[in-house]
Amino acid sequence: MNIAVNAQQQAARDEAYALPLEKIDPANADRFQNDTIWPYFERLRREDPIHYTPDSAYGPYWSVTKWNDIMAVDTNHAVFSSSDGIVLATLESIIENEKIRGPRDKNAGGFISMDPPDHGPKRKTVTPAVAPDNLLRMAPQVRERAGLILDQLPIGQEFDWVDKVSKELTAMTLSTLFDFPFEDRRKLTYWSDMFTNQPGHGPAKSWAHKKEAADECFSAFNDLWNQRVNSDSGFDMISMMAHSPATRDMQAREYQGHVVLLIIGGNDTTRNTISGSVYALNKYPEQYAKLRANPGLITSMVSETIRWQTPLAHMRRLALQDFEIGGKTIKKGEKVAMWYVSGNRDEDIIENPNAYIIDRERPRQHLSFGFGIHRCVGNRVAELQLQIIWEEIMKRFPEIQVVREPTRTHSSFVKGYESLPVIIPKRN
Amino acid sequence: MPKIKYIEHSGKEHVVDVPEGWSVMEGAVKNMVPGIDADCGGACACATCHVIVDDAFIGKIPGKSDMEETMLDFAPEVTPNSRLSCQIKVTPELEGLIVRMPASQH
Repeated sequence: MNIAVNAQQQAARDEAYALPLEKIDPANADRFQNDTIWPYFERLRREDPIHYTPDSAYGPYWSVTKWNDIMAVDTNHAVFSSSDGIVLATLESIIENEKIRGPRDKNAGGFISMDPPDHGPKRKTVTPAVAPDNLLRMAPQVRERAGLILDQLPIGQEFDWVDKVSKELTAMTLSTLFDFPFEDRRKLTYWSDMFTNQPGHGPAKSWAHKKEAADECFSAFNDLWNQRVNSDSGFDMISMMAHSPATRDMQAREYQGHVVLLIIGGNDTTRNTISGSVYALNKYPEQYAKLRANPGLITSMVSETIRWQTPLAHMRRLALQDFEIGGKTIKKGEKVAMWYVSGNRDEDIIENPNAYIIDRERPRQHLSFGFGIHRCVGNRVAELQLQIIWEEIMKRFPEIQVVREPTRTHSSFVKGYESLPVIIPKRN
Repeated sequence: MPKIKYIEHSGKEHVVDVPEGWSVMEGAVKNMVPGIDADCGGACACATCHVIVDDAFIGKIPGKSDMEETMLDFAPEVTPNSRLSCQIKVTPELEGLIVRMPASQH
């Protein structure tokens, strides 16, 4: 870490402990981009684990920051509803999105934004695509693609790992899950970035620009639907939705919601964890050495990276009734953010939580997939891609060196990397 | 202490003495019996401790809660005898209990 980064971290720590509690707005996206969120969450876990921010760009909202409280909210879907949306959205983006897509309706956010009884049957429509037997079928193809991607990387020359590897592999896998035209796969990445970024960040220039991308995406997926609905049911998620009784008669708006969910869920999360694994192993070189000495640790390294990275920093709920937790009363109608990124650093549950330790005793103990009925549907396909890319990396390269600090995503939801400059000094 | 027989998907058997009051999940995890992940640590919140209970014992175990029922929807290879092992409390009546593991936990 260089001196400038150290000074920025110290300034953030000073500010985090100097601010009056009610002024702490943990969803401030600037701090995610600067990687200065940590002391704010540390203070909240210690002093105000169920925290209320009365005034912010997101309006008023609650923050749940400790493991057990997050678990209590996540598993109580009767009180904490997903149907109002699962992301803390800025008030500006709520208004602008309504201009683009019309007033929000309860089916517009995909099955992740539904409560029982709507949620289960729709979620189950797409689960066969990511079930173990289908993953077994996909694995050789993922391995072949990972090998091709890695074999084309330059040696001894700086390049962007995010662009050349993380985005490539995840776009290929997602195109297979949708049976989306392979040559257009990077459109999936682009649309995902256009959905998640606010104007002025990532590729999004303006709200009109975001609308243009959304229209293009929905039109392409509309064509896919029309193509699949008239053919035999294939083993891709679009066919599954077009043929399942739970989803085949849904309105365009709902289909679009599922599409956005599956594009973002199948894309950003794994992409940013792949990038995060390279970054973390460089930040903790003794862990990289451990992995080189024992490639059998890849599986636990993957889980530890998913915890350490926490590629989705939070999920949001809406209280359907008053609820007491941690001595506070969350009122009916209030928004609640469950900060997985903070729960994954909870000292009471995870030993030495700030450290990246690839051979932890229980590496699967993390909140990154969420718990309860909305637990990540694609968790095993994410782990599969990470496992395979690292098995193939270890066969080829003794080391991937991070050259400079990465550029991070400006978001309190997608916790990831815009770019990660690396050099591969040599092949094995 | 009731003896519980855990049978891996491969057919490999593990017989373990499990103290009353523990869950069937704990009996496996704390004795290093493979095949049960239990990612959520026993909160009925992830469906990675799925087991298939032997016919002879299914009637001796209290029924599923709504939450268990819902979470089991996530698991592949679910059968009528499927349960989340974190929700089965070990009692003297479960002496000799046999549970089988699915091919993988999801």
